[in-house]
Formats: sequence, structure tokens, C-alpha cells
Amino acid sequence: MKKELPEHFRGYKHVWVFIEIERGAVHPVSFELLGEGRKLADKLGVELASVIVGAPGGATRQAAQETFAYGADLAYLVEDEILSDYRNEPYSQAMTQLVNAHKPEILLLGATTLGRDLAGSVATTLLTGLTADCTELAVDADGSLAATRPTFGGSLLCTIYTLNYRPQMATVRPRVMAMPERLEGRQGRIIEFKPDLDEDKILTKILKFIPDRDSAKSNLAYADIVVAGGLGLQSAENFQLVRNLASVLGAEFGGSRPLVQKGWIGSDRQIGQTGKTIRPKLYIAAGISGAIQHRVGVEGADCIVAINTDKDAPIFGFAHLGIVTDAIRLLPALTEAFRKRLSPHGRDRLAG
Amino acid sequence: MHILVCIKQVPDSAQIRINPVTQTIMRQGVPTIINPYDLFSLEEALRLREKHGGEVTVLTMGPPMASESLRKALAIGADRAVLLTDRLFAGSDTLATSYALAQTIGKISDMFGAPDIVFAGKQTIDGDTAQVGPGIAKRLSLLQLTYVARISECDPDRREVVVERRSEGGVQLLKTRLPCLITMLEGSNEVRRGAMKDALRAARAEIITWSAKDAGIEDPTKCGLKGSPTVVKKVFAPPPRSERAILVKPGDSASQDAESLIKTLFERQPALEQDLAKSAAGY
Ligand SMILES: Cc1cc2nc3c(=O)[nH]c(=O)nc-3n(C[C@H](O)[C@H](O)[C@H](O)COP(=O)(O)OP(=O)(O)OC[C@H]3O[C@@H](n4cnc5c(N)ncnc54)[C@H](O)[C@@H]3O)c2cc1C
Ligand SMILES: Cc1cc2nc3c(=O)[nH]c(=O)nc-3n(C[C@H](O)[C@H](O)[C@H](O)COP(=O)(O)OP(=O)(O)OC[C@H]3O[C@@H](n4cnc5c(N)ncnc54)[C@H](O)[C@@H]3O)c2cc1C
Repeated sequence: MKKELPEHFRGYKHVWVFIEIERGAVHPVSFELLGEGRKLADKLGVELASVIVGAPGGATRQAAQETFAYGADLAYLVEDEILSDYRNEPYSQAMTQLVNAHKPEILLLGATTLGRDLAGSVATTLLTGLTADCTELAVDADGSLAATRPTFGGSLLCTIYTLNYRPQMATVRPRVMAMPERLEGRQGRIIEFKPDLDEDKILTKILKFIPDRDSAKSNLAYADIVVAGGLGLQSAENFQLVRNLASVLGAEFGGSRPLVQKGWIGSDRQIGQTGKTIRPKLYIAAGISGAIQHRVGVEGADCIVAINTDKDAPIFGFAHLGIVTDAIRLLPALTEAFRKRLSPHGRDRLAG
Repeated sequence: MHILVCIKQVPDSAQIRINPVTQTIMRQGVPTIINPYDLFSLEEALRLREKHGGEVTVLTMGPPMASESLRKALAIGADRAVLLTDRLFAGSDTLATSYALAQTIGKISDMFGAPDIVFAGKQTIDGDTAQVGPGIAKRLSLLQLTYVARISECDPDRREVVVERRSEGGVQLLKTRLPCLITMLEGSNEVRRGAMKDALRAARAEIITWSAKDAGIEDPTKCGLKGSPTVVKKVFAPPPRSERAILVKPGDSASQDAESLIKTLFERQPALEQDLAKSAAGY
């Protein structure tokens, strides 16, 4: 299946990560990707570059410094007033111009609303392959990017290659990759790139940006403790047991996809491949079977505790700790036991 | 207005069962449905037609049995359905899929007028890449509006549209020109069930069925496996963790079980107790 890479693609070198900046702040997924990109670049013996797109000013410069601290060797700085807020037209034009000028072999983007909107346009303009929502990135023996993602409906993964086209593009969802260590003071080179853009030719205008109310946001993806329920809870009323435990633990709550489909929880509370990916210190899953689409969303947790009536449920194959019992019966007791144990009074007693 | 909606027929994932022995999906007898995200786009198309007049065309690329989904879309209220079906398309990745669909939209434009708006779903529930919509937009030079929560204004005469687009951390109010490509967010509207007269019409309607040649696909080498830059090389089961979960033995009562679970947890992860205490105290 592997063919010779056409001559005109041989000059494509280095690993790039598109840095997503929203209103001045870098989206954490970009740093997570730099961690992964660093490993790929080291394996290939090439450089890791961050691509910073935005309006001229402090935010982009500061973002460049940040990306050095997270492992980038150099930063392409693509600045223009037109790029001050994300719009598909100018961003995809700037990105394709930069790729054509500096030719990366691998280009990674976060699978966010911005990243997905941009990646599809850029890949189609460049006529190259794009692998979506990867859960693992590696370089194989001959230097090709092996991008692994779950396959549809089954408990399987598949590895996808872009053999004869460059760059090899992939998106990765927030929290799928670990946050790399930040090395204060690490330096890199900045390469400025002036894109050829013209506001008069850009037909989409931003009339207004309405930020989400803070209270409306769930912090599920970046929470340290998460409690979730699945169909095993059997009713929307019983889901309250999950909320109660979450509230005692100061945790975020979530659930498997069927609960969203049944309307027991909102879609921003779905955990898994098509919901949120989480990497908490503790994840408690009650009445969740552990299908592959759920598993890929929680595997990064430090400690997974499963409560399930079926000792053969797939979740026991990747949980760290489990108990085969009725969650509806256990959850109230667990909530009470944690409450006692974690209340300041309870701690005093332990300490005394 | 001429509004075109791309729909994909997908297996009903709610009905998919995993073979517990082989850990593979059991495809037999799994019913197919219109990709649920596409229905929000279809509904929005129908609402625009009600407001501004015109026609709604639905288009799918797939095996001959995908005509079932087109018929369902007609029953919901679409005026015309086009099925693009050809062995040539087997194994298409998203780049090849967007090529075939964009070319076919070209042919539809020649016959029935160029669409003012092309709708696609936010993503599918099987391939789930969200790449085909942006691909079609790029190939047809349509302005691209993804993750749209609401179409606030649409003025076919002035060729303008204003939408609320979900982005990270907020909503962008965007104004752009027609023709454009829109993907609607789930839950952005309530999908209608379709009137009796539409159901009757759909049952008898002709589904325009085109091969690659009929659709006037210019370059067959850009289709199917051949035209796909991505190659699926390996399909495998995720490796199990080397150690299975430590199972806490259930006791006589729920509170006993809770106690032993917490005890084992803190024994194995001593640092967690502090983390939990902090989190519980609302730090
Ligand atoms: C394209 C695609 C994307 C998907 N994306 C996601 C996703 O992002 N997230 C996701 O979660 N799913 C996703 N799914 C669905 C996934 O395949 C599973 O169907 C789903 O995760 C199952 O949810 P569940 O574990 O709650 O339900 P089930 O699989 O029905 O499991 C219920 C479990 O509860 C146990 N149980 C029953 N009663 C009790 C009780 N009283 N106490 C304790 N345990 C009990 C049962 O033994 C069983 O293991 C996706 C599917 C597809 C096809
Ligand atoms: C497990 C698996 C993984 C895959 N991974 C990748 C990958 O990473 N990269 C890649 O390039 N390809 C991939 N593919 C191939 C890809 O799924 C197909 O190209 C598919 O035809 C379209 O992609 P999608 O289902 O992801 O659609 P999406 O891009 O998610 O679809 C968005 C919208 O486009 C429209 N649309 C999509 N397909 C059709 C159609 N056939 N007819 C009409 N409208 C349509 C619908 O409105 C749909 O809602 C994968 C396939 C599988 C089975």
C-alpha cells in the first residue's frame, strides 16, 4: 500500500502545531498538542514549530513565548488586523499560504469548534488527508504519521495514514493528550510571516461576540474529580444520586451518551468520544458499561472507580478499582460515607 | 430560494450491539436512519422555504438503499431528492466525499438552479469527522458557517444572512453573503414530523438516481479509495490494561460497601484523600 512520496512533497519537513488563541488566551489543547508534537519531532529528528495567528500586539508575542516553554523550537508569527477574531476565510487563507511557503510534514490542530472549522477548509484547499479526533499519534518505522482513532460503533480502534500527500494533518480533542511540563525560560526563534489578505475581499463580518455566562459553563473537561452515571441508573430520578455524590466531593458530574439522548442530562455533560474528554484525578462511573467511545474519553484519568452489577462489564477491563453491586443502592451510602470522611470535623477526628 | 440539504444514511447506533466474544459490532439487522444532526439542518431549510418560498433539494451519496433516507426526508417535507450511487465511490474519505458531493451539486445547479444555501449536518454519528461540510464549502467557494445555533436574518434579495455561531467560550454574531454553507447545532430547532400529504407524496415520488457519469463527475480518479489521501491501515482492539481492576468484595450492607471502597481507594491512592478534602471544601 505504501508508495513512494512524490518528489514535490519530499521537501516537507518539521512538525507544526496550530495555536488556538481566544480573546488573548491560548486554548490549553494547543499546549497538549505541543507535548505530543515534541515527541513526534524528536522521533523524526526535526523541529517543532508553533503557528500563531492573530492581530499584531502583545497577545501573539506572549503566546509565542508560552509555546517555547511548552516545547516549540520556533514560532511562526502570522499577524494581521484582519486576523483579530476567528473567521474561516482569512484564517484558512493565512494557514494555507503559510503551509505552502514553509512546508511542514505534520500539522496538528485541536478538535475544537475553531479547529474543526479550520482544519476541514485547510485540508481541502491543500488536497491532503485529515484524520479527525485522534486518540494516539505515533511515527512508524519509515517516518509516516500513524494516527489512531476509534472506529464507528465498535469497540475497536483504527490507525490511519496519509501516505502520499503532505502535510499529514490530524486533529485531537482537548484533554486527550497529557499537558506537558512547562519549562520556564526555554527560548525559541520567531519567524514572522506576512499573509496576503484583503479585508475588502473577506465577505464574512463579525457583528458581535456574546461571551458565555460563567455560570453556564461546565468545567467538566478540566475538572479534578468527576462522577458520572450511565443507563444502569435506570431513571432520570436516580441520576440525582450522581449529582448528590458530585456535590459532596466538589466534583463535576457527567454521563454516558444514552443519558443525553434520553434527556436526563444536557449534551455538555456527555463524556466520551463525541462528548467531553476528561483527565481527572478521580473518576467514578456508576452504571456505565465502558464502551470504547466512553473509554477513550476517560482513559487519561489517574484513578477510575467503577460501580456495575455485571462483573464482566468492559469497564472493569480499564478501571483501577471496582465493585460489583447495585449503584442505586451504593451511591447514597457512598455519598454519606464520603461526607463524613471529608467534613472538616471528620478530618479532625482522623488527625486526632 | 433553492436550498440544498446534504444528508447521510447511518446505522442507528442506539441499536448497535457488540459481540461480547469477538468484541466487534454486529451489523446484521441494524436499522439505518438519517444522521440525526442532519435533521436540524433539514428543519431549518424547510423553515426558510416557508418564509421565503422556493424549493428544498436533499442529496445523499451512498448505496442504493440510501434512497430510504431520501424518502424519509421527502416525507418530512423536502421537494426533491437526489441519490448519488456508484461503486466508484466505495472507500471514500472525507476529501473524496466532498469532491463527489460538490460535483453533484454542480450538476443540480445546472438542472434546477444554483442553491442559495447548502446545509450539511454538524457531523455524522458514524464517521464523526465534521469535515465534509467544510470540504464542500471550500470546493464550491461557499462561505462557511458551522455550528450555527440560530439563523437570525436571511435576506435572499440582498443576498445576506446573519447567524449566531457557537464558538469556544461564546457566540459569534456573523453576517455573510449568499451563497453559503451552514451546519446547524443539535437542538437548535424542533424537527417536524411531516404532514400526511408529504408522506403520501414521498411514497410515490421519484428519487433522482445518478451514477458518477450521470452526475457529470469530471475526474473519477478523485473518487473512492483512489481519490482518498487517507488510508486505514490497521483495525484493532484496544489493549487491555495489564492489571484488571481491583474488585472490592461486597459485604452485608451498602454502607459497609461504601466504607470498604473508600478505604481501598485511599490505600491505593493516598494523595487523593487530601485532594478530595480540598475539593469538597470548595477550594
Ligand atoms: C459514533 C458513536 C459515538 C459515541 N459516543 C459516545 C460518547 O461520547 N460517550 C458515551 O458514553 N457513549 C458514546 N457512544 C455510545 C456507546 O457506544 C455506548 O452505547 C454507551 O456508552 C453506553 O452507555 P451506558 O454504559 O450508559 O449504557 P449500557 O451500555 O446500557 O450500560 C449500562 C451498564 O449498567 C450496568 N447496570 C445495570 N443496572 C445497574 C445497577 N443497578 N447498578 C450498577 N450498574 C448497573 C449494566 O451492567 C451495564 O454495564 C457512542 C456510540 C457511537 C456509535
Ligand atoms: C471509523 C472511521 C473513521 C474514519 N476516519 C476518517 C478520517 O479521520 N478522515 C477522513 O478523511 N475520513 C475518515 N473516514 C471516512 C469518512 O467517514 C467518510 O468519508 C464519510 O463518507 C464521510 O465522513 P463523515 O461520516 O465523517 O461525515 P462528516 O464530515 O461528519 O459529515 C458532516 C456532514 O456532511 C454531510 N455528508 C457526509 N457524508 C455524506 C454523504 N455520503 N452524502 C451526503 N452528505 C454527506 C452530512 O450533511 C453530514 O452531516 C472514516 C470512516 C470510518 C468508518
